[in-house]
Amino acid sequence: MQIPVEGFMYPNEVELQWSILIVLYPFITGLVAGAFILASLERVFRVEAVKPTYRLALLTALAFLLVAPLPLQLHLGHPERSLEMYLTPHRSSAMAMFGFVYLWYLMAVLLLEIWLDYRHDIVVRSQTEKGWKRLVYRGLTLGSTNVSERSLHVDERLGYFITLIGIPSAFLLHGYVGFIFGSVKANPWWSSPLMPIVFIFSAMVSGIAAVMLLYMLSTRLRGQRIDMRCLDKIAQYLLYTFVIDFSLEMMDLLQRIYEADESFRSLDFMVHTRLWVSQVIVQILLGTVTPIALLGLMQVLKVTEAARRWIYALAGGLTVIGIFAMRWNVVIGGQLFSKSFLGYTTYKMAFATREGLLPAIILMILPFIILWVLVKLLPPWPESASVPSGATPVHGTS
Amino acid sequence: MEITRRRLLVLLPAAAVAWKYVLAGTPEGAPNYELTKHWWAMLIDIPKCIGCGSCVRACAEENDVPEGYYRTWIERYHVADWKIERPEVESPDGGKYGFPPHADDGGKNFFVPKLCNHCADSPCTQVCPVGATFISPDGVVLVDKSYCLGCRYCIQACPYGCRFLNPKTNTADKCTLCYHRITKGLTTACCEVCPTGARQLADLKNPKDPIHEFLKTHAVQILKPYMATGAKVFYNGMDGSVR
Repeated sequence: MQIPVEGFMYPNEVELQWSILIVLYPFITGLVAGAFILASLERVFRVEAVKPTYRLALLTALAFLLVAPLPLQLHLGHPERSLEMYLTPHRSSAMAMFGFVYLWYLMAVLLLEIWLDYRHDIVVRSQTEKGWKRLVYRGLTLGSTNVSERSLHVDERLGYFITLIGIPSAFLLHGYVGFIFGSVKANPWWSSPLMPIVFIFSAMVSGIAAVMLLYMLSTRLRGQRIDMRCLDKIAQYLLYTFVIDFSLEMMDLLQRIYEADESFRSLDFMVHTRLWVSQVIVQILLGTVTPIALLGLMQVLKVTEAARRWIYALAGGLTVIGIFAMRWNVVIGGQLFSKSFLGYTTYKMAFATREGLLPAIILMILPFIILWVLVKLLPPWPESASVPSGATPVHGTS
Repeated sequence: MEITRRRLLVLLPAAAVAWKYVLAGTPEGAPNYELTKHWWAMLIDIPKCIGCGSCVRACAEENDVPEGYYRTWIERYHVADWKIERPEVESPDGGKYGFPPHADDGGKNFFVPKLCNHCADSPCTQVCPVGATFISPDGVVLVDKSYCLGCRYCIQACPYGCRFLNPKTNTADKCTLCYHRITKGLTTACCEVCPTGARQLADLKNPKDPIHEFLKTHAVQILKPYMATGAKVFYNGMDGSVR
């Protein structure tokens, strides 16, 4: 397959090495980190208004976290050797730490927090459900069936402590993903100490937007009323984080424009040509400026509840698209120009290949299927939880 | 220690894994070669290069380099008068079959052979998540293809575009400085065939190597010195437009 090249590329640079699957990786981990941080607002910072999304946010984080390693695994030339990263990690490699950061976050933070939060429900269900469900819940108790008041109090305290650890861990998870790119000194599009920080804030933005959309969708599907106090609060937090995120990105941009180092002319040309649609139109105008303007207007204008819901849904959708475009522009954009700064290549995305569009679509659908299973298994809302009498969820929604 | 059946079941797989690593770490036999007595580098004399492409062809032949990928290549620069920051560069098929004539418009033309710089502080070895790429005690950056995951982080980290994913092995690939030859007292395939002596293998630890005299008496540069990679491919007569 002939790849169109403009100007001069080093001969080995013509073919892109990191495909759409590597775009998914920071996108998915960003959703995980963002969803968790939204959940922690309620737990640690006692933002009561966002309580209805607490458990949903945790389950969303878990569903996406379970899928996060799959695009990497599919992308490897030798997936069967991936365990070597755990067995013989190369300590100087930023990437070698992925497995450990991932496992820490999955096992020590997310699974533990969800388990502690649901333990009471699980124990009750292991006693009341019938057939295979009973077995599943019995397994999920991990042998811990004590639901005395004292024991639940311990769960609560421990859960709080884990959330406290979880916040820096979520920052670590996504800041680390930013570091993987930001520490590549050979690539001026990536190399920036701001990269991990921008990644953290963009993660929070995408995670909050995704949970907001999921909350609206799931409430609608259940035929329930959307708690507008909750939705307004989430939209407010989304706006605040988005403003910080956008400011950081603009600072980075201004610095690059003003410094105009040797790579600038090449990168500037790339933004005005190959990345014009994905970066300027989709990421900045549609995916950032528009949602910020919409969310900002909601803070100053008096708008009916129905209109607010539509505007939040629009702003949330545009935000998620914008953050995906940002990941695309970082990963793909960083490989379109030559390290000689004299030319540009093209990304030809295949469809039904190992690193093509089809597996990417499947990988983006998969977390929603996992989330559906998790929601069925561990209902995040009380009304459909049908928890038998006498069993009150520790973190029930109001 | 008494070897019970249970202990044996634990010990056998562990021993098998350990043996695998012992075998993987055994270097290719080169009985008279002492790793620590060499520190390999290369000298490229740009004014001598005629862009014939012999080196690229010899490398591909010697190392079974797949079509369309390059362990070494040649670039032709054309710099028009004062436009040193905007040179015109081309490398059709990596310069493997030479270059078509260039219209003479008054600028200067010259050829620049490129290959892995075998950096002493190489970013590619730094980022490899499993240490499959490493610098040998004699200063050659190598890839263990039986261990490489094919994650391609090293390809992204190389500032010089010297690495590629070999489609036959699905692992990172690059110039080995013909390690299988130099450890047997031979020179590299590219140096061997260069008709003008534009490429010279050099051993920086050998005090008798002519490289030392050459470095003392010539204005020599490395590519992208600001990357601080400890590059060991030295260029004589390199124009400021080269990148």
